Amino acid sequence: MNDERKPVGQQKPMEAAATRKKVNAKPAKLGRDVQARLGQQLRAMYDEVVSQGVPDRFSDLLNRIDGNNSKEGQ
Amino acid sequence: MPMDESVRKAVLSAIPSLRAFAISLCGNVDRADDLVQETLLRALANIDSFQPGTNMSAWLFTILRNHFRSEYRKRRREVEDGDGHYAETLKSQPEQYGQVEFKEFKDALNQLPQDQREALILVGASGFSYEEAANICGCAVGTIKSRVNRARTRLAELMHVNSAEDFGPDETVRAVLAGGGE
Repeated sequence: MNDERKPVGQQKPMEAAATRKKVNAKPAKLGRDVQARLGQQLRAMYDEVVSQGVPDRFSDLLNRIDGNNSKEGQ
Repeated sequence: MPMDESVRKAVLSAIPSLRAFAISLCGNVDRADDLVQETLLRALANIDSFQPGTNMSAWLFTILRNHFRSEYRKRRREVEDGDGHYAETLKSQPEQYGQVEFKEFKDALNQLPQDQREALILVGASGFSYEEAANICGCAVGTIKSRVNRARTRLAELMHVNSAEDFGPDETVRAVLAGGGE
């Protein structure tokens, strides 16, 4: 009967841990906010590479292939 | 015959994203760049099989992924050093996220099964539609959707995130919490 009036902070540590664990164990359906945040991080990571542009080795490679092809064609 | 100018432009503009995808597959920048180079050589040697008007980027991604699957996947485990990955490409961390959280995210991403990670990246970062991602991976659209969902759920699990509040407020506070708790 008095359970309802149990002061805050008197929850047994074991119970608290069990509650936490249960929440973590069942991710259920991800909220939009979580998905949005994960998506932001994914893009931040990816865009860091994208923002490096085209390294010289690849533009040189295209030029070389282009040059070879041009010679063959003449 | 010189390379068609429109082909050249399309290939060049696909390279930055192709590298980002390659790094996510290889887990190592140098190997990723080798993979991109081999992909470009293969693609340009077979440029006749590219259908003008279709998506050059998706075509290159498909070649890169297939080449990775046949040549690189075994090698990855042999040389993987456990860290590095994307971290070594990042000269500056995005300011808006705590660095601890960002590292946790990358670690979690690296723990995903290959199929899930590539599906998540193609759809969530490269900007391909589910249909395009399915074509690139040679599987059904439903399979891609399910892989992406599982990847998101697993990421949240690995990061112990149940709501947006579970993302730390910032690095300093997280460090304090980590030092004082459990």
